Amino acid sequence: MALTKSDIVDMVCELGFTKKESVRVVEELIEIIKQNLQDGDDVLISGFGKFCVKEKTPRRGRNPATGSDLMLRSRRVVTFKCSGKLRDKINGKLPVKSGSSNETKN
Amino acid sequence: MNKLELVSALKNSTGVSKTDAARVVQIFFDSMADALSEGERVEIRGLCSFFVKEYKSYVGRNPKTGEPVEIPPKRLPFFKCGKELKERVDY
Repeated sequence: MALTKSDIVDMVCELGFTKKESVRVVEELIEIIKQNLQDGDDVLISGFGKFCVKEKTPRRGRNPATGSDLMLRSRRVVTFKCSGKLRDKINGKLPVKSGSSNETKN
Repeated sequence: MNKLELVSALKNSTGVSKTDAARVVQIFFDSMADALSEGERVEIRGLCSFFVKEYKSYVGRNPKTGEPVEIPPKRLPFFKCGKELKERVDY
């Protein structure tokens, strides 16, 4: 089960907004983030991470299916840099599989 | 843009109070962080999706000294840009 927009909308509803209002506010939030990135501006969320816009220079690539050479044009992509806090949270909560953790419950 | 600027932009464009705007922004990112920490996927249509990738332990090297170091297994969130965002950000 993945977390989706509608789950977030439901949580916003609990602040006392109507469903319609919650949808509007969440959609608007997403639109602001997108518009910012489109304008080439990074979005930095402390405790979560940073959404960066990166310029890629053109380079020679290869079509992996046919093996033919092709030129990849310069482009702009969004990258995400995870914050240390989020990384710790993800690594702290679940015991790491593979049995190497020192406190394996049997 | 940082979190505070995001809050004021949301306040201005929706007309909700600053407190509510701050709460919505907090819920948005906290819920994603919580889901990821449970190993759950996150999918925000048009914006991005995240999933947690497991990395096994491996022997790496200290780039400064060249010394081999054992890297313990870890989990990292993997970001995938949504289609709409990808098209809008690119020229």
